[in-house]
Amino acid sequence: MADASNNDAFVEFERVQKSYDGENLVVKDLNLIMPKGEFLTMLGPSGSGKTTCLMMLAGFETATHGDIRLGGTSINNIPPHKRGIGMVFQNYALFPHMTIAENLSFPLEVRKMGKSEREAKVKRALDMVEMGAFGGRRPSQLSGGQQQRIALARALVFEPELVLMDEPLGALDKQLREKMQFEITHLAHRLGITVVYVTHDQTEALTMSDRVAVFEDGRIQQLAPPDKLYEEPQNSFVAQFIGENNTLEGVVKEINNGVALVQLDDGELIDCKPVNVSKPGERTRVSIRPERVEYNKDRLSEGAHTLKAEVLEFIYMGDIFRTRLRVAGNDEFVIKTRNAPDQVRLKPGQQIEIGWLPEDCRALDA
Amino acid sequence: MSDTTQNGPVLAADGTPLKRSLAKALRMQKIRALMLIAPLLLFILVTFILPVGDMLFRSVDNRIVQEVLPTTVSALETWDPASSELPGEAVFAALAVDMKAAAEAKVHTKVAKRLNYENPGLSSVFRKSGRKIKKWDVENEGPYKERLIELNDGWADIELWRTLKTYSGKRTMGYFLNAVDMKLGAEGVTVRPEDERIYNTMLIRTMRMSLIITFSCIMLGYPVAWLLANLSTRSANMLMILVLLPFWTSLLVRTSSWKILLQQQGVINDVLVWIGIVGDDNRLVLINNELGTIIAMTHILLPFMILPMYSVMQTIQPTYLRAAKSLGATNWTAFWRVYFPQSVPGIGAGSILVFILAVGYYITPALVGGTKGTFISNLIAYHISTSGNWGLGAALGAILLAVVLVLYWVYDKIVGIDNVKLG
Amino acid sequence: MKMTKLSALAMTTALIAPAAFAEDMANELTLVSWGGSYQASQTKAYTEPYMAANPGVKIIWDESSAEAVAKLRAMNEAGNVTWDLVDAVASDSMRLCDEGLAEELDHDADLAAAPDGTPASEDFGDLLVSDCFVPQIVYSTTFGYRTDLVGAEAPTTVCDVFDLAKFPGKRALQKRPIDNMEWALYCDGVAKDDIYDVLGTDEGVARGLAKLDTIKDSVVWWSAGAETPQLLADGEVVMGSTFNGRLFSAIAEQNQPIGMLWDMQSFDLDGRIVPAGLPADRKARVMHFLKFATDTQRLADQAAYISYGPARASSAPLVGKHAELGIDMAPHMPTDPANAGNVHTYDYEWWADNRDDLDAKFQAWLVK
Repeated sequence: MADASNNDAFVEFERVQKSYDGENLVVKDLNLIMPKGEFLTMLGPSGSGKTTCLMMLAGFETATHGDIRLGGTSINNIPPHKRGIGMVFQNYALFPHMTIAENLSFPLEVRKMGKSEREAKVKRALDMVEMGAFGGRRPSQLSGGQQQRIALARALVFEPELVLMDEPLGALDKQLREKMQFEITHLAHRLGITVVYVTHDQTEALTMSDRVAVFEDGRIQQLAPPDKLYEEPQNSFVAQFIGENNTLEGVVKEINNGVALVQLDDGELIDCKPVNVSKPGERTRVSIRPERVEYNKDRLSEGAHTLKAEVLEFIYMGDIFRTRLRVAGNDEFVIKTRNAPDQVRLKPGQQIEIGWLPEDCRALDA
Repeated sequence: MSDTTQNGPVLAADGTPLKRSLAKALRMQKIRALMLIAPLLLFILVTFILPVGDMLFRSVDNRIVQEVLPTTVSALETWDPASSELPGEAVFAALAVDMKAAAEAKVHTKVAKRLNYENPGLSSVFRKSGRKIKKWDVENEGPYKERLIELNDGWADIELWRTLKTYSGKRTMGYFLNAVDMKLGAEGVTVRPEDERIYNTMLIRTMRMSLIITFSCIMLGYPVAWLLANLSTRSANMLMILVLLPFWTSLLVRTSSWKILLQQQGVINDVLVWIGIVGDDNRLVLINNELGTIIAMTHILLPFMILPMYSVMQTIQPTYLRAAKSLGATNWTAFWRVYFPQSVPGIGAGSILVFILAVGYYITPALVGGTKGTFISNLIAYHISTSGNWGLGAALGAILLAVVLVLYWVYDKIVGIDNVKLG
Repeated sequence: MKMTKLSALAMTTALIAPAAFAEDMANELTLVSWGGSYQASQTKAYTEPYMAANPGVKIIWDESSAEAVAKLRAMNEAGNVTWDLVDAVASDSMRLCDEGLAEELDHDADLAAAPDGTPASEDFGDLLVSDCFVPQIVYSTTFGYRTDLVGAEAPTTVCDVFDLAKFPGKRALQKRPIDNMEWALYCDGVAKDDIYDVLGTDEGVARGLAKLDTIKDSVVWWSAGAETPQLLADGEVVMGSTFNGRLFSAIAEQNQPIGMLWDMQSFDLDGRIVPAGLPADRKARVMHFLKFATDTQRLADQAAYISYGPARASSAPLVGKHAELGIDMAPHMPTDPANAGNVHTYDYEWWADNRDDLDAKFQAWLVK
């Protein structure tokens, strides 16, 4: 939805670095621009630097180098309590010795707000998360999902323009998590707030975000809307990390008209889209999504390269079939096919030929 | 299935009523549980409950007078202590018989000791008389009134007889009254003369100083516990060793070290004089007074404050503070409104522990407290191990126990004992 | 308890059977003493030679003499006396004897006669203050002072202790009424012979305490004999009372700048009592030890390690030089004519009768 080159940058990271021990950088040269109202997710495995980035933005960590700006002003030297950023923590961090209403009232009290105004705002916030009847309870008397809503309400009650969420749904069960994902996105869009959301769950990232920043090794590997991220991963880490992915290794033979000819390690040739390979002779990892693989010869385009494959396993999953193949020496090659009436159900041991469109097959870094 | 259709009690598979089989199964469990804790129960019974019971009993026990002077006590029954007349010949004759028997059995000093607590000076009357009466022929040498008074004119003192009469019962409140600076005389309960009043002063002093020590422990221990809970594991372990170090040193060694540090020619004074803060002829008196006791006991009891605080603080996640700050609280507000209330149970547990330990301490106050910094426990120890007045020691102990229980109850009412946790 | 003891005894007896022991004697001896250099002198003079002569006997020391009366009372009440021989001062031994807590002895039968044949009772003479008591030493409680801290003029009389103007600084006094009350009355103008008459009245007690009140703020109270030498050595007090032998050790053995103030030194006796009601085997052993450890030579030997006078008349001529320092011991004895110019004769009888009364009042005064 938003364009990274937008001029009305709300949150900016410029050449930000962070090191805890003076030897290793956990965040390496981070640049990020977020417009107002965007829901951005920082996605990555643990230790990738995403949480550190969030903490630097919140003010609990200081950047070793670089500049972090909020609404155009540098906030490097502003203490967390003056940044006016709402935050939802992984374990909710509801104050156990206060009631729900007191928890919500806390940020208003420290802002020296009058009592009646406070009460009105607390009530509105509780109603917003449909927890109006729970003001007098203690956090320990609430379920995980309820606590989650209260944490959200507390982060929003003082009407911050930016809200940070650090794996807020990590402790919930799957069903509740999906429900809350939906609620949070809706609430964020309705209130028009800017959200930076940290998670290691790629489904969460894809379903909730306007843009996703994939973190690995202290860098943003790719920053893109969910669909682009999934369909056009810029490197093999992103391809592997987002969704299911098949990988074949080989060497680039030639690149012509935006199509790269790749010779796989067992000698077979396939056509791919060169993403980050530039010249023949480079090693590459080829990435193909399981649902883009075709084994029905009729549907393959004329003259397309095909590969021989042996069916190893067929799993019936209801809406889809998941079939594991041996392709070019890779036993973990998976294809997914829709459960359609005319769909062929493959049998283990069956020899087939598979192929795909060259643009679905992305030649990435080795 | 069939038993659900019946109207009678629900039956188990073998036909016995379900309730009974359940009770049987539970009883077995209970017995097994009881067997598991039986050794501990027995241990507590033998080493704690029985001694405490014995102490409570001793604080009112007065059998010795009747045991040693049985005929005298019964002869005295008809005598009116309010009269200004000495008891008659019959009482004296009974006394002579009792005293001879007691002196031969060497128990007359015991009753002398007992009565001496109530009326100082009686001891020597009994002791001196006992040595002589041993040689009397109590069957045929009357009249005894004159002979006894001639032997020791203490027997002509009507106060002696009033004391004997007042304390002839098997039970007495004398020890407890003594423990609150009162006495039971022939004319009822009175406050002791001013130069004999010490126990109330000591009890109040003990409570006041224990509170000061507890408070000092909180003030000194809180930051340390906070550091412990927030440092990296490695540094926390190092610090923990430092905190626990006092535990590994004998109490006596520690207290003696305080002596060396605090005395007027001690290390602290030497350093202060060397720096020039204190003049050489104006050295601070840091020991043999209240201050000495407070310093040494705060040091000794500090770990008992730090450990519960630390274990509670460990459970307070740092995200609470971050959350508070993200909500706009300054460092201080975040600490005071969010962190501190959650650490209160640790303070409570530590305070109860330290206070109760402090109230009962006596070695340290005895060594560094001089006369102004000693506790009521020192008097208890004095009565148990030096003066031999176990009844008074027991009464003081019982009062101390009661005071601690009352304070515990008050604490429960104000703070709530559920709010105390050790981690 | 009894069972365990018996079986333990049976076992030890079985184990050391070849060592040719009188079978009716226990092989363990628990001695109670005062600790410090005094106990060390007893080890050298009594137990080491005894153990050399009787290999296999185990000696256990308990430094509880200061609490001997209370502890014996407690043990007696509990019916389990674990001590075999207790060092006690004369007044304590009288109290213990009166209360039946100490065994009455036949001094002539139980103790060795002097080398010239004088029976023990005659050799000890007046010092046999109680039927239960075997005197050991004559000691005195007296004052020591820091020669370098008292100023140009050293204290010469006990009343200098009460003179804060002339001798400012702290003093160490024993935490008990005995001696302190007498000194206080003496320095308040009571004639030496009238001290106990005055002390026997409430007014007298008040007068003594009032005198002590004048220096109360400058007093460090001690309860173990070793404290005063330490306090003097540290410079914590300028003068203090303690047992003369402790001061001797500090002066002669440790070369501390301490001077002796012998004026009004308070003579006392320390000796031994056997707790009443010991089992036969233990009693046999302790009597065996007692006979050995109270003979003329042994008592004289102790004086080679500490400056206390032996309690037997026949031992006096045998007192020689210090065993390690080689100095003449006689001038350091409290009984030396040069030291005994003005002594306070401490009245055991009076204290045995009045100690409980005075203790209570003294304690009340102390915590005020």
